[in-house]
Amino acid sequence: MSSVPISAYLALALILFCIGLYGALTKRNTVIVLISIELMLNAVNINLVAFSKYGAVPAITGQIFALFAMTVAAAEASVGLAILIALYRNRKTVNIDEMNSMKN
Amino acid sequence: MENAWIIPLFPLLSFLFLIFFGKRLKGASAYIGILLSLASFVYSLLVLFERFSSPTHKAEAVWLTIGDIQLTAGFEVNQLNALMLVIVSLVSFLVHTYSKGYMHGDDRFHVYYAYLGLFTFAMLGLVLSPNLLQTYIFWELVGLGSFLLIGFYFYKEEAKKAAKKAFIMTRIGDVGLLIGMILLFWQVGSFEYDEIFAAVAAGSISTTMITLTAILIFVGAVGKSGQFPLHTWLPDAMEGPTPVSALIHAATMVAAGVYLVAALFPLFTASETALMTVATIGAITAIFAASIGLVQTDIKRVLAYSTVSQLGYMMLALGSAGYVAGVFHLMTHAFFKALLFLAAGSVIHAVHTQDIEKMGGLWKKLRVTGPLFLIGTLAISGVPLFSGFFSKDEILIAAWAHGNTVLFWLAVIAAFFTAFYMFRLFFMVFSGESRSDMSHVKESPGVMTIPMVILGILAVVAGYVNTPWFGTYLGDWLTEGNAALGHGHIEGPSWIMIVATVVSLLGIFLAWLIYCKRSLSRDWLGAKTMYNILYNKYYIDEFYELTVVKVMKFFSLFLHYIETFLVEGLVKGVSAAVSGLGRLGSKFHDGQVQRYGTVAFVGLAILIVVFAVTGGYLK
Repeated sequence: MSSVPISAYLALALILFCIGLYGALTKRNTVIVLISIELMLNAVNINLVAFSKYGAVPAITGQIFALFAMTVAAAEASVGLAILIALYRNRKTVNIDEMNSMKN
Repeated sequence: MENAWIIPLFPLLSFLFLIFFGKRLKGASAYIGILLSLASFVYSLLVLFERFSSPTHKAEAVWLTIGDIQLTAGFEVNQLNALMLVIVSLVSFLVHTYSKGYMHGDDRFHVYYAYLGLFTFAMLGLVLSPNLLQTYIFWELVGLGSFLLIGFYFYKEEAKKAAKKAFIMTRIGDVGLLIGMILLFWQVGSFEYDEIFAAVAAGSISTTMITLTAILIFVGAVGKSGQFPLHTWLPDAMEGPTPVSALIHAATMVAAGVYLVAALFPLFTASETALMTVATIGAITAIFAASIGLVQTDIKRVLAYSTVSQLGYMMLALGSAGYVAGVFHLMTHAFFKALLFLAAGSVIHAVHTQDIEKMGGLWKKLRVTGPLFLIGTLAISGVPLFSGFFSKDEILIAAWAHGNTVLFWLAVIAAFFTAFYMFRLFFMVFSGESRSDMSHVKESPGVMTIPMVILGILAVVAGYVNTPWFGTYLGDWLTEGNAALGHGHIEGPSWIMIVATVVSLLGIFLAWLIYCKRSLSRDWLGAKTMYNILYNKYYIDEFYELTVVKVMKFFSLFLHYIETFLVEGLVKGVSAAVSGLGRLGSKFHDGQVQRYGTVAFVGLAILIVVFAVTGGYLK
């Protein structure tokens, strides 16, 4: 079985991260922004798993870390969505441009 | 005498008290001023009498220690200082009293008295100073006092201008004095008069340096005493209240310059060039101012030019090594000039004009002021038996004995002019018919006439303290125990006294012919151009306007542009750059989370690139 080289994992993670970053910084719908953040987290998870196998010091810690990250991400997503819903009830919008009340 | 330092404190107390509480006292503030000036006069008199029998008293304390140089402050009562104390405090006291009548009803009555106190304090402090530095401090205070008093009617544009002019013109002289002082300190290592004289006597200063410092100090005296070419402020200072003019002209401001030269006399006598400069400037001023006085029509201006001219005489005397003659004339002049100014003030008070063309025939109306004015006029004209006669005679003899033949004849001509213009003034004011409505004219109240009577008596008798006939008490006393000051009396040919008498009587006779009997035309100066030149004071003011003022204005304009475009431009540029940067930064802070994120990401990217390029931390 020919193994996939580490560069492929890293490239995939990089592409995923970039898509996520692009989405997080440019999309105006807050839901899409949240999804993009999830994408970035997953890109990181891919990295963690890849390095736990091919890293300089291969260890199971990476995979455990990835699991942790998923758990935390799930919690974070649920909190984020809850805030978003509360916000929507108040402001009748999910447009991120209009959520600048911290400014003044 | 140990407590002579208290004398200047009386007027200072008056100044402080009136400045703080004068507003509530209103008219009563006059009494405080009068009482305190009387106190300092009485004390001065006591000091003078004590000085007759005991030697010079000098007390000093260390004021500052800089490195191994000690600056001292204190006071000294020598003959000159004791005499000056009495003159200053007496005239000041009389002016205080007189002002109560003259300034009656003025809104700023108490401020006026406060300023008088300050002015007197400064002058008394000046004549007690034992060293140059202290003299300089009080010298500037005197300048301040005169500035405040000349500009007392500050709502009048002319008064404001005159005050500024007086301050600036004397300041030009002060620069000379300051430089001279610093040079002396550099050479001698001390501001003390005694040490300076000791160094001069020991020959430890080069002759060139003595000449230079003496002339520089004389420049200060030129500014203060209104000598040519810095005299122009003195006639303009007539904008102040008339009693102030009396004070300035007789005792305080202008006497300071003569006093300074007298106090530093041993320094001047050490250099023939310096003496010659003093004498020449004095003689030129004497004749120059006298010739202007011939045609002026403002009563106070005529007197102002006579002061300038008489100060020229004093300088001539000092420059001719006639220490006694100079100081003697300073004393007699203080009395008769104060008398003349107070009498002129009384006239102005009565007729409410200063233009002598509009006066005339006042002899019958002002039965007290008239005779007193006549006494003052006789004294200043040098008519025999009056005080001015003896002191002027001393000066002429000093000039002759010192070999300044040209200056001597200049002084004689100036004496002729003096007699002429003073009697021109007298006849135009008091004789003939009134040239305007004079029905309301009343004699001034007693509070004004009594000081004048006192001064009138002094103007007659003050000369007898130093006469060639009855003994030269003043001269002997002044020079006692100090060989550097010359002899108490300088012998001169007796024809000088006759010439002086004839010349002054001739001047009086001519004035009588023209202005009283009117048997000669008043167009005695025939040539219109000559008259215009004199009337416009030789166009000195215009000359200054065209040269010095123009140049200074151009220069200040130039500096103004440098200021606006270079300095201010630079400052504005810096501040604009900073605030622009700030505005740019604040644009990013618009509350948009995504923009923050972008900025953070771009920053991170830049950091990583830098890290990658440099391979580590920035070095």
